[in-house]
Amino acid sequence: MPYVRFIDRPTFRNPWAEFERIRQGLDELSRSYTEKSKGQGQANIYPALNIYEEAERLVVTAELPGVNAADLDLFIEGDTLTLQGKREQRQSGAGISYHRREIEAGGFSRAITLPTKVDAEHIGARLTNGILTITLMKASTVTPRQIQITAE
Amino acid sequence: MGEQELKVQEKKAARPGGESTKNETYFAPHVDIYETEREVMVVADMPGVRVEGIDLALEDNILTIQGHRAPQEQPGRIILEEYEICHYLRRFTVAESIDQEKIAAALADGVLTVRLPKAVPTQPKKIEVKLG
Repeated sequence: MPYVRFIDRPTFRNPWAEFERIRQGLDELSRSYTEKSKGQGQANIYPALNIYEEAERLVVTAELPGVNAADLDLFIEGDTLTLQGKREQRQSGAGISYHRREIEAGGFSRAITLPTKVDAEHIGARLTNGILTITLMKASTVTPRQIQITAE
Repeated sequence: MGEQELKVQEKKAARPGGESTKNETYFAPHVDIYETEREVMVVADMPGVRVEGIDLALEDNILTIQGHRAPQEQPGRIILEEYEICHYLRRFTVAESIDQEKIAAALADGVLTVRLPKAVPTQPKKIEVKLG
């Protein structure tokens, strides 16, 4: 005959342990916030972009896996840069059964306003290994110019 | 025809087996896995990885896909960061028996395609019994 134990409770738990756990969680949260504060964060429109600034140029990069250079269009109008393109549909047909489908196909279009004026004549774009790198020269009016100081 | 709009997919961190001595982050690449009569195909998005940076292994039915990005000099000061530059890592358990000798992989436009041909089941050998 089985024993029925009425005192079958978990052993004594430190009531403060939970507070300690929450405190550690908050510490972690605030740490990750300060570490990530350098970027502006989440993109809502595909593709996600990184923009770097140098003295004379801006570099815009995007991860575009599976996009052909022929399927990608770039436009510049004033200081608005537009990226348009599409990713082709993957293999499908009879005799193919999918186990996982995480890669999406479709079109995208994104326009961003560049932080400075750029020289529309000197724009280079490269697509290598699924990374698009656009190099834009800043307009001569906004590039820093060194001023010579003459001593008298 | 209404074309589907692409969305930004969130990058999920992958956990390498054991703790790493280097402070590197790994992301689990998005994959498509499909099967045909003769092979299992694994398609993984790994933008930024060169052929030299790819490590593929099939051991004890576990397929490991690893992609290392060459360290790159950051051009100038970052003013907008919407994505992180990371290495890729993902593991799968392959249920089918795979012909290890014939595994092939190709990389194009930042997309890795791994072809895993299924092992051909050996024909049962019929043993003839002769009357002695």
